[in-house]
Amino acid sequence: MRHSLPNLLAASGLMVAAGVVAAAQVREISFDSADPLKFSANIPIGEVGGVATNSKGEIFVYTRVGHPTITIGTARPFAHGGSRLYEFDRTGKFVREIGQDSYGFLVAQQARVDPHDNLWVVDQMSSMVIEFDPAGRVQLLLGRKAESERVPALPLNPQPGAGGGERAADAEGPPRRGRGGPPGAGAQSDVFQRPTDVAWDSTGNIYVADGLGNARVAKFDKTGKFIKSWGSRGAAQGQFNGVRGIAIDAQNNVYVADAGNKRIQVFDGDGNFKSQIADIGAPAALCITPGSHQYLYSSNSNPPDDIDSAGEIYKLELSGQVVGKFGRAGKLPKEFGTVNALNCRGENDLLVGEIGNWRVQKLTLRP
Amino acid sequence: MMRSLASCLFAATVLAGPALAQAKAKAQNVPEIPYESVPNYLKLPPGLYMGEAMGVATNSKGHLFVYTRSANTRLFEFDQNGKFVREIGEGNYGFEFAHSVRVDPEDNIWVVDEGTNMVIKFNPAGKVVMVLGRRPPTVAGAVATNPAPPKPPAAKYLFGRPTDVGWDPQGNIFVSDGYVNNRVVKYDKNGRFLKQVGSEKAGSEPGQMNLPHGLAVDLKGNVYVADRSNNRMQVFDNDLNFKSVYDNIGTSWTVCVSPGPHQYLFTSNSNPNGNPPGSWDNTGEIYKMELDGTVLGRFGHASKQMGGFQVVHMMDCRNPNQIIVAEIESWRVQKLLLMAPATNGNTTSAAR
Repeated sequence: MRHSLPNLLAASGLMVAAGVVAAAQVREISFDSADPLKFSANIPIGEVGGVATNSKGEIFVYTRVGHPTITIGTARPFAHGGSRLYEFDRTGKFVREIGQDSYGFLVAQQARVDPHDNLWVVDQMSSMVIEFDPAGRVQLLLGRKAESERVPALPLNPQPGAGGGERAADAEGPPRRGRGGPPGAGAQSDVFQRPTDVAWDSTGNIYVADGLGNARVAKFDKTGKFIKSWGSRGAAQGQFNGVRGIAIDAQNNVYVADAGNKRIQVFDGDGNFKSQIADIGAPAALCITPGSHQYLYSSNSNPPDDIDSAGEIYKLELSGQVVGKFGRAGKLPKEFGTVNALNCRGENDLLVGEIGNWRVQKLTLRP
Repeated sequence: MMRSLASCLFAATVLAGPALAQAKAKAQNVPEIPYESVPNYLKLPPGLYMGEAMGVATNSKGHLFVYTRSANTRLFEFDQNGKFVREIGEGNYGFEFAHSVRVDPEDNIWVVDEGTNMVIKFNPAGKVVMVLGRRPPTVAGAVATNPAPPKPPAAKYLFGRPTDVGWDPQGNIFVSDGYVNNRVVKYDKNGRFLKQVGSEKAGSEPGQMNLPHGLAVDLKGNVYVADRSNNRMQVFDNDLNFKSVYDNIGTSWTVCVSPGPHQYLFTSNSNPNGNPPGSWDNTGEIYKMELDGTVLGRFGHASKQMGGFQVVHMMDCRNPNQIIVAEIESWRVQKLLLMAPATNGNTTSAAR
């Protein structure tokens, strides 16, 4: 439910009148699941960080696979590999790999396609946002990978209660790795700490969810020049505890998945707080449908070490009103294992990328 | 694999001394089962090499799967004649340090990787269809394998260097876990946690374990666990209630149970890693047993030559007269043809 003050009053009035108890009355949406990707023996898929489609329906999967490696040799351990980016056609047939052996591919976190069919990936460990043009060439880079790793690693200083999606060893906290930057809030420019997602407004400005190390949203113009950032670690309005996702509607409102605070915060394009949406668990992945009537999907992803709690996905009006929910944590089809990516090009057509089940599911809702 | 310097030294001391006979009791007067090793059993194409052979299993067609530690850990498939067929799971996120491979009754292939703490189910086509456990997240960097004490409670859905997997006739999944935890976990066929026996703590009481290193499940759903560092096998019923201990078989490294109406149990008293002086004299043999613990016979010995064993790590006994063994320290897989032992009636009950 959205909790700007006027709305809150109006909503509570309505709810009392209708005798509604919000959490208990959320409608279950029935749905079907299919495997959208044809199996290809030499195209391994591991933990799915991101899944996205372009305007032609081609599918991009950014996945954690292979052998993430630290090189032996000097006292500066260098990190390599661990993630790959694939393209499939609309029938799910493998087309090609993009960004082979990329310097920035360590821990696949997210993939998104912009309105011009450019493909953007976010890497949580290299702390980079990488834009590929439709031909697969690198167009724009935000952030820089740390030159080397610390071995043994310093603890990530997990924040208690920062649930939603991945937790435990990979909970929120500054990694303090390699070059790094100042931990926590207020980082400037494109020094990211475990960024999670990227989105664009109607004029092409770039918004980066940053992230699990920092606690801010960073805004760049379409050329990649830093404009501003907002947010700090905390629970007040405009503060974040684990920024796990970002999505922007046609009016350029910015929806930020603030998982640790179990809410979505809504800002205008300048970072002014507008409202928040709560009672939808800990949002770990977001998407907004296109078209004249837009919907917002948000996943209350289960933590990777527990399939006996959470896992459901919510369908919402942009106002924050819950339309319904579907699914639960588990390993079967129509169950979810730590959803990390939502893609929704149609109102009732979703692609869901899972950390826990190493797969993408195509969901068709039957509202 | 030795767990620490201390235990390594301890093992070497024990093995070198006469105390071994008491420390690792073995049945006496067990018939020797004659056997031969099939020459040139596995035929690898040029340029493909086996590393430490950790896991070995056959499917219903007699195809053989080997989970091996090469430069990268790899999973190979061979046909019933030992001809190389294909590699499965190349580039898999869960492949780092092979430990076990098993094939379930539907011919799905399951691997257990102690480097990524994962159990991975492939369908017969080689597609990943279920994963249990989770690789420690890379983003955390190089973190300790074994957390500093006090050890946290073993989690329902995470493993600490797991070792083996098995299924009962209903499809419930059993995982031995492992080098960090000391338990056996039962999941339903959909991967939901049901129960565990043992815990994160090592122990030697019934129901406690010290390095559960392998397991097998019989057609009644009983679970046979190679309780390696306790030098015994433990048997649990289908709900993981303790049933019995077999402790006259040396160190139980790995177990298998043959199919069919009369099931047999095999366990290997593998020679220890590093071949401490004297260890070949009293380790290296495999025991054939009834499910109730009666020892029927023994075969094999420690040796670097074909026909002998260098740290048997896993056995396939789909055919109880054709045992396929994977060895750590000779980087090979052997197929052993067992012949009927000379009957002398000197079988020994191992049940206690």
